[in-house]
Amino acid sequence: MLHIDQLSASYRGLKALQGVSLDVAKGEIVAVVGANGAGKTTLLKSIAGLVTTEGSITFDGQDLRRLKPHLVSRAGVGLVPEGRRLFPRLSVDDNLRLGAYAITGPDRFKPLDLVFTLFPRLQERLTQRAETLSGGEQQMLAIGRALMSQPRLLMLDEPSQGIMPKLVDDIFCAIQRIRDLGLTVLLVEQRLVEALEIADRAYVLQTGRIVMSGPAADIAGNAAVRRAYLGL
Amino acid sequence: MSLDAMLQVAASGLLMGLIYALVAAGLSLIFGLMDVVNFAHGELMMIAMYAVFSLWQASGLDPFILLPLVAALLFGLGMAIYRLLIARALAVRFNKGMVQIFATFGLAIFIRGLAQMIFGGEFRSITGTWLGGRTWNLAGIYLPLPQLAASLVCLLAFAGLLLIGRTEFGRALEATREDREAVALIGIDRDRIFALGWGLGAATVGVAGVMLAGFYYVSPNVGANFALIAYVTVALGGFGSLLGALGAGLLIGEVEAITAQLLEPSLKQVGMFAIYLAVLMFRPRGLFGKI
Repeated sequence: MLHIDQLSASYRGLKALQGVSLDVAKGEIVAVVGANGAGKTTLLKSIAGLVTTEGSITFDGQDLRRLKPHLVSRAGVGLVPEGRRLFPRLSVDDNLRLGAYAITGPDRFKPLDLVFTLFPRLQERLTQRAETLSGGEQQMLAIGRALMSQPRLLMLDEPSQGIMPKLVDDIFCAIQRIRDLGLTVLLVEQRLVEALEIADRAYVLQTGRIVMSGPAADIAGNAAVRRAYLGL
Repeated sequence: MSLDAMLQVAASGLLMGLIYALVAAGLSLIFGLMDVVNFAHGELMMIAMYAVFSLWQASGLDPFILLPLVAALLFGLGMAIYRLLIARALAVRFNKGMVQIFATFGLAIFIRGLAQMIFGGEFRSITGTWLGGRTWNLAGIYLPLPQLAASLVCLLAFAGLLLIGRTEFGRALEATREDREAVALIGIDRDRIFALGWGLGAATVGVAGVMLAGFYYVSPNVGANFALIAYVTVALGGFGSLLGALGAGLLIGEVEAITAQLLEPSLKQVGMFAIYLAVLMFRPRGLFGKI
């Protein structure tokens, strides 16, 4: 579904990605793990068209590097960015419905049912401004907004960042359910254990390069990874 | 001053204030959307005035009938200015702020020069309109019908702008204003929203220009004074706030009318600038601003 080949990108004058190659197949959760500054966020931004890159990024045969960011989204790639990037002064309902702005047809708001099934809290807070939600609720709203654009590939950048531990479990459960519904997920996460638990495959990114890849269970059991990222 | 005279001054201030408010609304809309101060805003109003003057001269139709056409023309012009000039000014890598200032300032000088070349420098006016020269005596207060109609149209235009804010497009405008990068992640074309915002801002000042042309002279420099008042109005009301522009426009209209009465007509703007300086010192975000 997503094929990345020899991708390089610079961010603020620094080489953030160097020769990254990566594949994501339909219906799987692929985790990209690594320390702070490894290039995880730049990788997602590159796919979303927010960063200038070299190399190739194809999504269902379409060259994403030629597209502007809004066209990447319309091509079926949704990104839940780091820091959520909600529209703080708009209501929860407005944030969600704006997610379907580029969708046409009578069923454009149909994903609302899915969003409310995954995150019932959002239905209770529809009229509230996004800025008044807790961190966890904001993350739910950010995922919900991305789902409203009916993506085929959902990319999540650190969905657990700044969230209470109990809500982190809810978010990871929701990601699994999203995959079970047939969506493909590319997950960037610093919480190695939780990410690898729900992922099918994983890539380890270090200073802009892929240093390890394989089934998530293998990566989780790898002694070098456990030493480097879990201190075990 | 008698009560009748005071009411007359208040009514005059109210009528002019609504026009000031609408001129400022277009400026505020564009600034709120993309942090660009349009120094050619007054010249867009002047174009609308010349457009309605020329169309009136050619067709003999009343400015009221020509209003939708001129507003549509200005909408297209606003979009074209964004696409051809502002988008390029925003794309520069360094000194963006200065480039934007000089781009719109240069555009203002160009438009003014072009008007001078085409129409000459003399004052022109539209005569023989439906409402021209007529007044309405409201319990002893004389309301000139062209001014009254202009202020009512301005009020309607404001209502229209507020209604647009409640549509999906209006929410996309607000979202773009809040986070111009994040909107792309949900498939919103930021450039299209910016262009439409410029179109809307230009059409808004176009409506004000057409209504003003019914009772005000038209000349290449007519926009400059109104633009200056619009900058003060926007700063007073709070940058980006439509309701702020409405409140501040009304306030300026009233202060101007009262100052003209208390001092003399040539000093009518003294009060307005005095309030502006006071607001800048004690409440720099404006009377209704949140930033």
